Amino acid sequence: MRSHLEKRQRRAAWLFLAPALTLIGVFFFLPIVIGFALSLTDFDIYAIGSIDTVRFVGADNYQSTLGSGEFWNAFRNTAYFVFLGGPLSVIVSLAGAILVSGRLARFKEIFRTLYFAPVITTLVAVAVVWRSLYHPRYGLMNYALAKLGIPAIDWLGDPVWAMPAIVLMAVWKTFGYNMLIFVAGLISIPEELYEAAEVDGASAWQRVLHVTLPSLAPTFLFVSLITLIGYFQVFAEPYVMTQGGPVRSTVTLMLLMYEEGFRWWRMGNASAIAFLLFVITLVGTMIQLKLRKADPA
Amino acid sequence: MNKRMQTVLLHVVLTVIGLVTIAPLAWMVGASFMPVGEAASYPPRFIPSRPTLEHYIALFTRLDIARNFMNSAFITITATMISVLVNAMAGYAFAKLRFGGRDRLFKFLLAGMMIPAQVGMLPLFLLLKNLGLVNTYMGIMIPSFASIFAIFLVRQYVLSVPDELLDAARMDGAGEFRIFWTIVLPIVRPILVTLAAFTFISTWNDFMWPLIILSDESKYTLPVALANLAGEHVQDTELMMAGAMVTIAPVMIVFLFFQRVYYQGIMAGGVKG
Repeated sequence: MRSHLEKRQRRAAWLFLAPALTLIGVFFFLPIVIGFALSLTDFDIYAIGSIDTVRFVGADNYQSTLGSGEFWNAFRNTAYFVFLGGPLSVIVSLAGAILVSGRLARFKEIFRTLYFAPVITTLVAVAVVWRSLYHPRYGLMNYALAKLGIPAIDWLGDPVWAMPAIVLMAVWKTFGYNMLIFVAGLISIPEELYEAAEVDGASAWQRVLHVTLPSLAPTFLFVSLITLIGYFQVFAEPYVMTQGGPVRSTVTLMLLMYEEGFRWWRMGNASAIAFLLFVITLVGTMIQLKLRKADPA
Repeated sequence: MNKRMQTVLLHVVLTVIGLVTIAPLAWMVGASFMPVGEAASYPPRFIPSRPTLEHYIALFTRLDIARNFMNSAFITITATMISVLVNAMAGYAFAKLRFGGRDRLFKFLLAGMMIPAQVGMLPLFLLLKNLGLVNTYMGIMIPSFASIFAIFLVRQYVLSVPDELLDAARMDGAGEFRIFWTIVLPIVRPILVTLAAFTFISTWNDFMWPLIILSDESKYTLPVALANLAGEHVQDTELMMAGAMVTIAPVMIVFLFFQRVYYQGIMAGGVKG
């Protein structure tokens, strides 16, 4: 009886798993394996017509990619986006979470919804909206700057400002998501810790510094990690707002991969870029996890 | 500073952040109803001087955006329904059914979550090309039918279902599929609703994959059609804002309805949605 039930359960388990595992295997893991193989070949537009023309070229694609100015330009742009936008997004969302969960705060749900709304919006649509906000003459952004006495900026037309403009939009678009994770982290901090600090005469600011921030350390790491991984994949913002310009100042690694692969059909090369991007993301993740281990706070 | 002052100050700050956050969207709504040229007035206006529907009418007649809307709706609804079922079944199996190698397999999948899906995008395209699925709705949907994150989310939730309940049903002679359908599914409904909301919103908003897969303009989803229009109609700001409105409105409505479960999903899984 027992073994019969066990056998039945085993069979049911595989039946339940079959659709998901097949789909994930074929459409997620298999492409990654093929992608690596592809990156070692000279697969191009002719190969799409007849696969026989494909040759194995070893590490040639990696060598030529790592030796090209285009790749390093995209790498710099992506790193700029990640290391300016990432910390900014985390700080803004942490501040937002602390304010919105404050014990004195009322209408919490309304504020939370307002801050979260951009997360839900379609990236392409808001990129179109922000392109107008950044208009050098009529845009809301320069109008606001003028009110503050700051001269107009040609946001998307100036290679110096194009990437910061994209960063600003990305932070606006994503901070609500991280904020929510921080709110969840804040809720889990035991109330007694605050009460004890209050008894000791700690001010509101001191309570944030000595109770809230240390207790949030794991959440902080988690948020930084997913922000880092997500930001490295930046694509739609430059695709819609700048097409990588001006003078290639907003070409990101993902955009470069897209151009190589789907505009020029240099699939071998594009796959090499995809894997390099993956390795970079992985290294970033490892470093952050290491930092976390080193500091057990 | 006394408590009253603190409270007032806090709400001033919260309101200012809220206004700044919502300003781009408010401007989009206003500009979409403005007569031609008014979105380029200085100082910028939020309220149309003479509200008009002409841009919405142009979108749905001249530019046939209804077609793209239907494409998006069909793809999103189908993908959401299928993926919820597929992932619910797998999540349940990982949580409650005993079989050899279960934990190792699950750990392997979790490790796979570290890999951004974009890494496999080029070969996935070639794969679908060989299957004849390029430039089809199926080609857009099929990679999103199963998701490791969704399986993880369901598994965590199903773990809280008591084993005794399932064992009792087994003793009564119920088959595994019937147990899943009549006992498990009703209990885990909340997480499935969360999952459906997640999948709906992310599928609707997806851009890069449909952009790659579709070549036929009549098959474009809304985001792809909008990006395409934005390239051709750079000057028609009011028209573009109406297009952005049509694209964003459905997800916003879904979100307002399912707000609570959506938040719960993020807070529970705490992972990308």
